[in-house]
Formats: sequence, structure tokens, C-alpha cells
Amino acid sequence: MPAGEGLSERVLWAIGAIFALLIAASIATAILKRRAPGEATAELSRRVTSWWFMITVLTIAIVTNRVVSTVFLGFVAFLALKEYLSLIQTRRVDRLILLFAYWAIPVQFVFAHWNSYGLFLTFIPVWMFLFLPMAMTLTGRTEGFLHAVGTLSWGLMITVFSLSHTAMLLAADPETAGPAGGAGLLLYLVALTQFNDVAQFTAGKLFGRRKIIPAVSPKKTWEGFLGGLGATILLAAAAGPFLTPMPFYIAAIAGAIIAVAGFLGDITISAFKRDLGVKDSGGLIPGHGGILDRVDSLTYSAPVFYHAMHFFVFSGRI
Amino acid sequence: MTKVLRIAFFLLIVRPVLLIVLGMNVRGREHLPRRGPAIVVANHNSHLDTLTLLALFPLRDLPRLRPVAAADYFLQNKWLAWFARNIIGILPLDRGAMKKNPLADMEAALDKGEILILFPEGSRGQPERRAEFKRGVAFLAKARPATPVYPVFMHGLGKALPKGSFILVPFNCDVIAGAPFHYTGSTEAFMETLESRMTALAAKGHFQPWE
Repeated sequence: MPAGEGLSERVLWAIGAIFALLIAASIATAILKRRAPGEATAELSRRVTSWWFMITVLTIAIVTNRVVSTVFLGFVAFLALKEYLSLIQTRRVDRLILLFAYWAIPVQFVFAHWNSYGLFLTFIPVWMFLFLPMAMTLTGRTEGFLHAVGTLSWGLMITVFSLSHTAMLLAADPETAGPAGGAGLLLYLVALTQFNDVAQFTAGKLFGRRKIIPAVSPKKTWEGFLGGLGATILLAAAAGPFLTPMPFYIAAIAGAIIAVAGFLGDITISAFKRDLGVKDSGGLIPGHGGILDRVDSLTYSAPVFYHAMHFFVFSGRI
Repeated sequence: MTKVLRIAFFLLIVRPVLLIVLGMNVRGREHLPRRGPAIVVANHNSHLDTLTLLALFPLRDLPRLRPVAAADYFLQNKWLAWFARNIIGILPLDRGAMKKNPLADMEAALDKGEILILFPEGSRGQPERRAEFKRGVAFLAKARPATPVYPVFMHGLGKALPKGSFILVPFNCDVIAGAPFHYTGSTEAFMETLESRMTALAAKGHFQPWE
């Protein structure tokens, strides 16, 4: 494959497999709906319909070209940051500073697109981290300063910085990205993260008894978590050699990392929502809630997976 | 020609901006009136309120939607006046004018089956803080007691584009529409109903204060 250009056929096959899974899910949902009509199955059906929509959009974004894919990922980060800033308490004097935070998105994703590791890694955690409080200081209003700085910094990190790792995977050097290129890695991460969500949810519904952390997320159980973890490891090991440079036994570890990080991202966003007293972060995606409800796991799995790949795999340590 | 411009403005500018830059969470959309005459009553935070309410209706309803707006502000120069009349389709209201019946234009519009959009706070005022509703809306409802009144609570647009600012900052906005009610008995009772409906709609959201 020529350097960085063109989409590997393997990505298309993987997308085909995802759609096959989606068709299976739709058939299963239709059967359930016929057997047990009611609000629960109607909700499930809304979720599956939203999955069709989301996976179709993601597919179009991935197969068009890398610029479109990166713009799409940046747009998801924008929606996440917007949802976050709309939910939290902000100060009127900070309106323009929030605008600066929004402008960090295109900059961050351009750095990711260039695969410029140093700029990518320092722009938000160093430069925006220093710039935003300085700008807030210059507004001259100290009342609520710490709350404003703290919430804006965390929000920018958890939405934009975390999610921008997806674009960084996409931009991975073709020499080290493996047989399906950066797009293969991106698909691997996103598909496994979402698969883990669904597997944890399903295992929890079927076998869930012992709660993990009821104060934050009352529906999360050990059975659900472990069931999701097991299923994700299996899928990761099977898909790893096809989509990534990892042999199956390393890919299994990557799967475990994604499952655990995904779970932690999920409950972290839950803690944030619980603090604000909202159940869903928004109403953008029918049956799912807002964009943050959908990418909550990814806010942890994307950076953790990327940096594990960067340290162990891209560098040739494994 | 202005009809085409109007539809193009809403289709190509207003809706994409509301959808992409701002983002709307609409609750109770099924309560919105499907036909006139009707009075939609909303709280007022931003110029975007009117555009957002207009965008909630199907495009084919556009000619029948009439936001009631202050003549002294929107007709102050001829460019703004042209835009307000032809693109937004406002029904100008003379604030503080000494007329025999200041509601005559609105009553005529209702009689034609149009849907009036009213902001009884009278001004955008302090963003994201509700001011007391003025009683004009009660007199209008009294004059046309058969016309249903639809309360709509909006939040967030005052953060995105407050009074006095020209820079749009993206925020999701919430629109919460409630079931309609009618004028019964007295203007006091009507205002009380309106206030309590609005408060109940506002309580459906978990809105943080904006200081």
C-alpha cells in the first residue's frame, strides 16, 4: 500500500462484519419486540435504529478519505464539548473564553492530522492549560474563578483531548500502523469500545447481581463487567491480527485494556452527570441520550489504547 | 421573491446554524400548534429565540407564523425593517403607543388563522433570567377566548447570543413546549396560569444558573 493513501481492503471487510452484526441485532430485536411488546423492547429498538445511523455515518466518514474522517472526529469532539459546556455552570464573563476553548478543537485535530506527536501532546495539556486561566484572569472577575478554570480544563481534556486520540490513530505512520493502516486501528478501537459497552450491558441484563459501584452507576454489575471484558478480549484477539500489527495474544491484552478503560470512562461520565442531576447528557441520539452518553467509554479507551500502542507497538518494543 | 428568500434563509442559514453550531433539545414538540389561530407564548433571552421558534415548525407553516416584535426596535432603519417584515415576518407592535386598541393587528392576524409568537417579557432583558410577564397577552386571550395559548420555555440561547453581544458562542439550547390552555374568567387568573405553566416547564430541565 502506498504511504498513507488509500483505504486497506481489510477495513472494508471489518465494516462489512460490523454491518452483519447490526443486521443480526436488528433481527433479534424484531423477534424480541414481537414476543414481548412494551417500553423496554421499544427502547431497545430505538437504540438499534440509532446504531444503524451512527455506524453508517462513521462508515461514510472512514471510507471517504482521511481529511473527512478527521473532520468528522473533530465534529464529534465539538458536539461533546458543547454538550459538556451546556450542562455545567459557566460564568457570563467567560463567554469569549469558551469560544477560545472551542477553537482549540480545529487546532488539536490539525496537529493530530499531521501526526505531530509533540504538538498533539502539549497543545491542550500545556498550552491551553496555561492560556485559559490566564484569559480568565484578565477578565478581572475572581468570583467563581477556580470553579470556572477547573471545569473548563477538565472538560476540554475529557472531550477534546481524549477524543482527539482517535484522529491520532488514524494518522498513524503506515510503516508501524499494521496491515489495515491507521483506519484499521481507529476502527479496531471504536468497534471494540462500543462492542464492550453492548456486551457489558447485555451480560449485566442477563446475569447481573453484584453491583460494582451503586452510588455512581446503579446498573453496573460485576457480572456485566466481566462478561463484557471476556467477550471483548475474544473479539479483540480475533480481530487484532487482521486490523492491527499485533499478534492475537498481544491483541487480547489490548482488548482487556480497552474493556477496562471503557468501563472506567463510562462510570466517570456517570459521576459527572450524577453530580449535575441529569440522567442523560442530552437528547441528540434517540434511545442513547446525548453524544457524551455514547462516547463516554471512548473518552478513556481512546487515550489509553493510543498511548499503549505508541509505547509498546509503534516503537517496536513488542 | 421574498417568499423564496424567506424559505431559503430558514432552510440554508437558520436551520443549519441551529442544528450544527447550536444544537437543540426539544421536548414536548407534539404540543406545538399544527394550525392557527394560536398564540405561542415564550420567555425571551436572545434574538435567536424567534428564529428558533420559527424553525420548530414545518417550512410550509412559515407564512402563517407571525412573531410579534417591537416596532421601535425592528423598524428603526429601512434595512432592518425590510428584513424583519419580509424574512422574519414580524407583526410590529408599538410599545407604549397611545392607540385605541393596541391589540387590533394581533386580533386581525388571529382572525386570519395565523399563529402569533409572543414574548410577554417585552424585552430580552437579562439573559437566562425571567422577567415578569406583561399583561398584554392576557387581554389578547380575553379578546379571543377560543384561541388556545401554547406556553414554551426556552433555555440556553441567552448564553449563545445575549443582548448586547454580536459573537455567537455555541451552546445547546433547550426548548420545552407545554400543553395549550385557554382564557378563563379573569386576566389575573390567566397570568397566574401562564406563570405557573412556565415555571413547571422550566422545572423539567436541570438548568444551572448563569451569573
